[in-house]
This record gives sequence, C-alpha cells and structure tokens, in this order.
Amino acid sequence: MALPETISLSQARTDFRDTTVGRLLRRPSALLGLILLAGILAMAAFADIAFSGDPLDMAGMPLLRPGEDAAFPLGTDMMGRDLASGIFHGARVSLLIGGVAALVSLVIGIGIGALSGYYGGRIDRALMRVTELFQTIPPFLFTLALVAILQPSIATITAAIGITSWSGLARLVRAEVMRLRNSELAQASIILGASDARIIFRHILPNALAPVIVSASILVATAILTESSLSFLGLGDPNVVSWGGMVGAGRETIRTDPHVAAIPGVAIVIAVLALNLLGDGLNDVLNTKGERR
Amino acid sequence: MSDPVSREPVLAVDGLSIGFQTRRGLLPAVRELSFSVRSGEMLAIVGESGCGKSLTALALLGLVPPPGRVTGGTVRLEGRDLLALDEAALRRVRGARISMIFQEPMTALNPVLTVGEQIMEAILEHEPVSRKAARGRALALLERVRIPDPERRFAEYPHRLSGGMRQRVMIAMALAGAPAVLVADEPTTALDVTIQAQILGLIDELRREQGTAVVFITHDLGVVSRYVDRVLVMYAGRKVEERGTRDLFADPLHPYTRGLIAAQPRAGAGPAGAERQRLAEIPGTVPALAAMPAGCAFAPRCALADERCVQAVPPARRAGSGLVACHHAGETHAV
Repeated sequence: MALPETISLSQARTDFRDTTVGRLLRRPSALLGLILLAGILAMAAFADIAFSGDPLDMAGMPLLRPGEDAAFPLGTDMMGRDLASGIFHGARVSLLIGGVAALVSLVIGIGIGALSGYYGGRIDRALMRVTELFQTIPPFLFTLALVAILQPSIATITAAIGITSWSGLARLVRAEVMRLRNSELAQASIILGASDARIIFRHILPNALAPVIVSASILVATAILTESSLSFLGLGDPNVVSWGGMVGAGRETIRTDPHVAAIPGVAIVIAVLALNLLGDGLNDVLNTKGERR
Repeated sequence: MSDPVSREPVLAVDGLSIGFQTRRGLLPAVRELSFSVRSGEMLAIVGESGCGKSLTALALLGLVPPPGRVTGGTVRLEGRDLLALDEAALRRVRGARISMIFQEPMTALNPVLTVGEQIMEAILEHEPVSRKAARGRALALLERVRIPDPERRFAEYPHRLSGGMRQRVMIAMALAGAPAVLVADEPTTALDVTIQAQILGLIDELRREQGTAVVFITHDLGVVSRYVDRVLVMYAGRKVEERGTRDLFADPLHPYTRGLIAAQPRAGAGPAGAERQRLAEIPGTVPALAAMPAGCAFAPRCALADERCVQAVPPARRAGSGLVACHHAGETHAV
C-alpha cells in the first residue's frame, strides 16, 4: 500500500545544503569572490606572524616605491611606515568593523522587521515610521555625525555604522515575514498551539533567510566602505591602521608617489568586490532554490 | 477506547454565526449553524466553495481571520466555550484538545526542519517530556500513520516526501497532542485518487482506534460517503440538511442535496456505444453575500420554489434521524 507513495521525484536529489554550496562553487564569479575573501581573511589571520611590529611605527626610508627595497615589497609612505604591514593589519580592522557592524545591523533590522511583519497593525505602523526616519537621513552623513559626537574608536565606528544601516534590511525582513505569516505554514503552527516566539524563530525566520543572507554580504561590503570613508576623512580610530586611513595619508603625496594611496585603495576595491560577487552568487543560488516547484 | 462512540457530544456548536465586517456593513457568511460530534464519530460538512464550511472549520479553533468575526453562538469543546477563551487559553487547547489538517500538506510543513523535528515540536509544545521521550513518541506517531521505515523518514526533509506521505506527517503532527477533535479541511483534495482513499482510510482507522471525533470539511460528497457517519450539507452559510450518511444517499430530502448527489460523476456508466447521460448540474450560482435573498437562499436555483420559499427562510425540521430546512422537503423527488 505504501509503494506508490515512496516513489518520490526528489529521491535523486541530495541534501538542500549540499546543493546550495555546490551550486555556489560552480559559479565562477562567486568562486572568485570566495577566493578573494579567503585571501583577505588569511591576511587578517596571519598579520601578526607576517608583520610582527606595529604597522604605525616608522620602519624604513620614507616613500620607497614597491620593489625598491626587498624588505618593503609594497614600499613605504611618507612617514616611512611599511605599506604591506599596513595592508595586512588593516585587513583585520576592515573585516572586524565590517563584520560586527553588519551583525549589529542584522540584529536591529531582523528584530524590527520580524516584529513589524508578524504583528502588523499599530506595532507595524509605529516601527515603520521609525524605519522611514532612518531611511530619510543620508546614512553616511548620519554615521559621520554619530562618530564625530561619540569620538572615533573601533567600537563607536562599528556601532555608528550598524545603527545607520539596518533600515533597508528591516523592510526586506518585514515583507518576507508578512508573506510567511499568512502562509499555511504559520497557520499550521498556530493550529498546533505554537507560541508567537516559536512561530517567528522556528518557522518564519529560517524560511525568510535567503534574501537576508544575500543582503548581509552587501552590508559587510558597505560597512567596509563606510569605515574607509570615515578614516579617509580623519574620523577613523587613530590607534589602529585602516585602509581608508592609509588612503587618506597618501593623499598628500598622490602626485609624486601615487602608490601610497593606490595600494590600500586596491585593497578596499578587492574586499568590496569579493563581497559583492559572493552576494550576487548567493542571490542566484538561493533565489532559484526558493521558487516553488 | 472500548466504547468509541459515547453519548455526550465532545464538540457542540450552537447557533454559530460568522460575518465579514465591511464598509457596507456586516455581511453574514455563516448563519446560526448548529451541530455536534461525539467521540469517535465522523461528521462531514459538505458544500460548494464559499458556503462557509472552511470558515466554520477555522471558527472551531478560534481562528476566524479578520475582517471576519464570530457574531453569535457558542462552540463547546468538552463543555468549555472556546469562543469565550482568551488567546493564551486557546493556545493551550489548540493541538492538545482540537487540531486540524489542511488541504495542502506541502506548504504547511516547514521546509527547513526534518519531519521528525516537526513532530517532536508538536509534542513538546504541550507536554514537558524529555527530547528523548518526544523522539520515541514521534517515531510511534509516524508508525501509527503507517509511514514505512519511520526511522529513516524521521530524519528526512518534507521535500523528499510525496504528497500522500506529507499528509500522513501532517496527520501525525495533528495527533501529537492526542486531541479529542480533529478538523480535516479538504485533506485529500490535493492528492491523487488512490492516495485519497488511503488517507481517508487512515483517518477512519485512527478515529476508531483512538476515539477521536472528526469534522471532515469537503466539497466532494462522493469522497466521504464511505467513511462518515453523518453528513451536514451547507448552502450559502446555512445548514440545509443533516442526516445519517446512509439515509442521505438513499433519500435526500433537500432539493440542493438531491442536486449535489445527481451531479456526482459515476464511473462505468456503460460501455462505449451505450446511452450516455449528460452529467446533471444545478443551474445558477450561489448568491453573493451582499445579495442574499430574504427567503430560502436556494430558491432562485430551485425547481420547487414557490411564493413561500421566496419570503420565509425555511426552519430546520426533524426528518427521521436528521434535520432538513426546506418548505418542500420530501414532497416530490422529481427535480
């Protein structure tokens, strides 16, 4: 009696997670993004081993060109600081700020989006007004103002970027949660007596995750860019080296020694590009998967 | 379980009215509906789309979606009026004392959790047992809904199961809290005919084994006729006839019921070349909620309708073991 039921068309298909990763790796652009990102992570991880000294210390002759001195493969800036060391140590700051700021943004965005989309009505209206308020203020100026008020440090910069970048995500999550809240999945959970928290965290959010994962990678990229811009303007943490700060420091010698600004600039481009490629790849892979068969 | 059909109804609906609040006022969708089900009994609520049967099903769990709301009546489950309970109390009742299964088992299962996890969750929601105990119970439930190789299916995701299996899983989840009443809203409509019969057979077996009362909502009279004890026919929000299944098919009293039975396609009506009969149909359509006639809602489509039908809503009258709401009930069988 059970025979006709056991013949499932999906028998041949392997597990959901395997296929997602597998399909991601088969996309050249996503693979490139992953490789670049892995390279930057490796730089951040081995910064202390590869370049043990403080990257802000004067290390050699100022304004050495790349390749001029074998001890400084990427050259030095006008203060004689090792650019290669700065790039490696700067990767830590960029990834740390990018990652944590994106996390802050995800927590606020998912929290507000989920509450708004699930409960609707008055809660939704109130939370969406707050979201719109954040959306109407230009995010970079907002971040700039917050950092200027709070005094620049890694913690304040991270918090400021996180606080100013969640509004788009909140709207995205809200739309997804609204869709799922009215689905039979949520209905079935309600009928089985599940609590609101359980329905949101166990049944709705995991199914709304695909677009969130995609925007998370873009959030990290944006946070890295924002941090670089702040540092370039001199509002970075003065105690750590950062790519944006290096570009800012190289500004004065850009006519005579463009490599001082260009090298950290390329690092920023590569990091942001890697995250965008990954985001695009994830978008393609997760969205086709999300379509109803 | 030795005496599955007890005397006392486990679910008693009395004068239930549900309306939709619109700008043009309250539009009644279900009107003064009364019925009851005893333990181990299976009742079918039959009617066309829009007759209020699914709304009734949701009302039994206190889940009428806005802008709809219950405007009157009581739903007593084991003596307690569900409509008077607050949300927290309702949550404790749902899944534990009354549960429901749906038409589309794919969209009702969570695609990111395994079948086993979902059944365990349904158990843990109502009982503070250990995860290990819940796991054992979940496996037993999979076995009870006749899923072969439950150990393997336990760890599988819903997309790996066929439609029939998914519906079995839904039934297992619905039964996790050992409810007194199971509401089944068109649970076989999305399935193949052969699987339909299996699922119906399963529901039938389970209610006999466990004494669960079943309210079976369907638009297809033929599907349920083999399994249910009683049939309640709804038309435009009202009960028009409620009879024992055998009586209803042998001698339908309401012209609408007669139309429904006549409209059943019959397989094997004769070999090729034999006289072919055109499938009977009921002329016209269900009146819109906003344009309900003053009298019998079926009058505009009814061959027997006269002045009385247009003016007064027919009251429900005893007819043998059941009830019928028609001025002309049993007058003539020629429609």
